[in-house]
Amino acid sequence: MALEILSRSEEQTAALAASLAKLLEPGDIIFLSGQLGVGKTFFIRHAAEALGISEPVTSPSFTMAQTYDAGHFRVHHLDLYRLSGFSADDAVDFEEYFENDAVTFVEWPERAKPYIEGPDVVIRIDHVDLSSRRISIESSNARIASGLEERHAGSGD
Amino acid sequence: MILAIETSCDDTCAAIMDGDRLSASIVSSQTEFHALYGGVVPEVASRHHLELVNPVIAEALEAAKVSLSEISRIAVTNRPGLIGALLVGVSTAKAIAYSLGVEFVAVSHLEGHIAANYLSPEPMEPPFVCLVASGGHTSIVMVHDYRRFDLLGQTLDDAAGEALDKGARLLGLGYPGGAEMDALAACGDPEYITFPVGLNKQGNLDFSFSGVKTALYYKLKKLGGEEIETHMADIAASYQASVVKALVGKTIAAAMANDCAQICLSGGVSANSELRRRLFEACDSQDIRLRIPPPELCTDNAAMIASAARYLSAIPFPEYLSIGAMASGGFAA
Repeated sequence: MALEILSRSEEQTAALAASLAKLLEPGDIIFLSGQLGVGKTFFIRHAAEALGISEPVTSPSFTMAQTYDAGHFRVHHLDLYRLSGFSADDAVDFEEYFENDAVTFVEWPERAKPYIEGPDVVIRIDHVDLSSRRISIESSNARIASGLEERHAGSGD
Repeated sequence: MILAIETSCDDTCAAIMDGDRLSASIVSSQTEFHALYGGVVPEVASRHHLELVNPVIAEALEAAKVSLSEISRIAVTNRPGLIGALLVGVSTAKAIAYSLGVEFVAVSHLEGHIAANYLSPEPMEPPFVCLVASGGHTSIVMVHDYRRFDLLGQTLDDAAGEALDKGARLLGLGYPGGAEMDALAACGDPEYITFPVGLNKQGNLDFSFSGVKTALYYKLKKLGGEEIETHMADIAASYQASVVKALVGKTIAAAMANDCAQICLSGGVSANSELRRRLFEACDSQDIRLRIPPPELCTDNAAMIASAARYLSAIPFPEYLSIGAMASGGFAA
């Protein structure tokens, strides 16, 4: 299942993030790719808000990981932007962020290839102009894929 | 005598404090230490901390000319950061505290940055408003006394240092390039481009910097190669000025709102020359005393953790054995 949406405003992107979040369950891993300043953290902030996180979701570029408590599960927000020369040994540091008790968002997942893999959802955000973004969402997870299809049938362009 | 350990981010750090005197502060990326243990800049990975933590502690003890048996308190950063990295410091600290039968204190990294201001050469006494601005933090804290803080404002998205580093990256200056941008901006016109100032909403003390970064991306796209090349310094100066303007404006507003005549700056961004200049000017015009610790106390170090630990209660044995590392969290709960 692949969905491609042209979002024309921050509000539209926020709504899309919230609608995806409704389909997520603990154990799900979501990859987000796209250039600096395209709005990856923005997308995650609104998805996390829909998952019940009330505190501000800030960029974890520096510490590489931030964890939030959503009540009966946790939300991990990883940002691998600063990583270079990632190896199998380093992957150990991230194992605890991929357990079944949390929804895990990963920005810049390509920095850790091939050691971090198996995403349930792959999101790519591209710049169009100051307020518009092209957002593609792909899911190989049957539960999420059918949910996306239901919600967004015909809304792609 | 306090031994402090800090492994929350890239550097492995240890420091020794004897009363009010800092006896040693070792940071693994320091050149002299690098020469001894190989010149590889540590990745943010627990295995690097694991390799470095014992040699760094040994180096601190040697530099302070003390033996482990003279240590009466172990302090360690246990939040926030990457769990695996923090755990190296926390586990080491527990092991040393247990084997020596001495006190154990857990410190937040943010408390550490604030406590950098209590160290020589110019120790500051609360109350003061502290701006902590680094690659990972942007917070304005009202420090009422050594044990009582209020978080007045913080970034809702990117940290100030991150905004500068990523802006530098967009300008093609490499990453992290905050220092390079600062140098380039020195000969640029800060009014060449008007960027959105990283204020969140007027009237509160929170920051938002991600919009400035996106604005730079689109500005560069619009300007095109030739103009970017000719006006690189002007663009850097304009971008940096917008980040600095937000920091200075909100910090001064925080001091005024709290009737506080002292401001302290901490965190790596305190090295930024535009921030130092603008903050000095603003403080001067408002009769506010400004203090900026020396650079080695502003960037990540364990001296600030030792300094903070002087004012925190020890966690008794055996409770401290179950103290964990926390990915988030600020002040003592």
